Amino acid sequence: MNLNELTITKARTGLDRKEFSSVELTTTCLDRIKKRNQEINAFITVTEELAMEEAKKADELIAKKKQQPLTGIPYGVKDAICVKGVRSTGGARILDNYAPPFDATVIAKIRAQGAVLLGKQNCDAFGHGASNENSMYGPVKNPHDLSKVAGGSSGGSAAAVADHMCLFSIAEDTGGSIRLPSAFCGIVGLRPSYGRNSRYGIMPMASSLDTVGPMGKTVEDVALLQEIMQGRDVRDATTVEGAKLKKIKQNYTKLDKIKIGIPREYFELEGLDKEVREIIETKIKRLVLSEAEGLKDQKIEVIDVSLPHTKYAIAVYYIIVPAEDSSNLGRLDGLRYGVLTEHKNLYEAYAKSRAQGFPEEVKRRIMIGTYALSAGYYDAYYRKAQRVRTLIKQDFERAFEQVDVLVTPTAPYPAFGLGEKRDDILEMYLADVFEVPASVAGVPAISVPAGKTKAGLPVGLQVIGPRMGEEIILQVGQSI
Amino acid sequence: MPALTPQQVQQIAHLARLELTEEEKQRYAEQISAVLDYMQILNEVNTDDVAETCQVTGLEDVTREDEVVECDKETRQMLLDAFPEKKGNLLKVKGVFES
Repeated sequence: MNLNELTITKARTGLDRKEFSSVELTTTCLDRIKKRNQEINAFITVTEELAMEEAKKADELIAKKKQQPLTGIPYGVKDAICVKGVRSTGGARILDNYAPPFDATVIAKIRAQGAVLLGKQNCDAFGHGASNENSMYGPVKNPHDLSKVAGGSSGGSAAAVADHMCLFSIAEDTGGSIRLPSAFCGIVGLRPSYGRNSRYGIMPMASSLDTVGPMGKTVEDVALLQEIMQGRDVRDATTVEGAKLKKIKQNYTKLDKIKIGIPREYFELEGLDKEVREIIETKIKRLVLSEAEGLKDQKIEVIDVSLPHTKYAIAVYYIIVPAEDSSNLGRLDGLRYGVLTEHKNLYEAYAKSRAQGFPEEVKRRIMIGTYALSAGYYDAYYRKAQRVRTLIKQDFERAFEQVDVLVTPTAPYPAFGLGEKRDDILEMYLADVFEVPASVAGVPAISVPAGKTKAGLPVGLQVIGPRMGEEIILQVGQSI
Repeated sequence: MPALTPQQVQQIAHLARLELTEEEKQRYAEQISAVLDYMQILNEVNTDDVAETCQVTGLEDVTREDEVVECDKETRQMLLDAFPEKKGNLLKVKGVFES
């Protein structure tokens, strides 16, 4: 096995036992990036020099026995997350030359551990998309089949982990941006409860929905990362105090008595791929039959539940998101940072810089949002969506009175072809149909690999938990 | 309800400070109309007595001291370096009022 194929846990052991150094581990990752990135396009910026510098420092720390869980572990960061002094475009040309003067809080935590940054990963511009085809730096290709999309918006982050270019990624999930590419690329991705991890330094999309979370090769790795990333931050007033996780580092193989809810609306969806459905149902049956290793003595109950407002989630989401997007993106005007386009007056400075620096989907969202928030339409769109959002949230609250977790497919189908859905905006929006409801409700969800289709494409299984229920979804995710 | 015309798209783009080509106005009018049309599904839901969800944390009145924090030299330099146009250490922009 090559070093770049290791999990964080295994690499930690190897580094601590001096079986290999962080410089060696980092070099194998950089070699893999050199070999594969041109085709897969997972990284927009590779920070080779910085990586080698950080790897050497990590080796010194390990020699002095001062290592922490991530010391010397190579990773990548979605380009919509700020890293101090490192080009961070967010996938859009308007920030082509932008090097943030600060680290996002979650990145500062990862860096303080002595992890090794390999570079910034491709994504749909500012997180707008489900296929990574809305990046102005080209689409990301799926490592399992180069004619398919990697999923979005954090496509580069998922593809890089799946292709063993890095050991883990830090990404952002508003309506499925961690979970969908995780499912399409066959890795593990966690969307934490809204407010659990600080969003400070994340390029904002929809502020009432944005979260930042980990992507990795195993549930154990993702649990470790989540524990490091979380906590209250004075710079993000929505973060919650005292959410420390217990036992999250353990290698879960056993579940206590547990009730798993199967939301019928998800499985009855027209357009749910037959193979995906079969793979997920087989997994659930296996759990029930306690065939999975180490699950012999547990009592797993599977209960049919209903989330009646599921079919309205996409409409709610695509009103709230563009509305908040249009407001957040107002800060990008090319004047104080980023790329300023040639102009004759101030109006042109804004209008031309934004026209040239944003891809189509960003422009569309700004316009939908501006329209939905404008006088006379606010009540019909934004306020209405916020009200239906309450009903969706209540659906989950009711479900979690009956069950501990909900299990669903992450996506209705496996990775689709590059260009296949590009021209049908609504079709693309519907790719997130199983992920958006949890986002709207603010509850955590994890996507774990459940198997592969006959064509060899990964299928993801989603475990949704109640607010702050990360521990239970990680446990269920691990046992699947 | 709404079928947006290219003229309406232009008005929205003006409010959002986005320059669009004629071709874009035409295309976005069709695409955005289709999206807004899909949103009408929400009218099926009775929300008369339903409160709005603006945030999900349940937190209230989160405040902090309004303190002035000095910017370190390195950060200051990085901010200055990021200016697309400048004069000395000042950000240079076209006048707000045109003469």
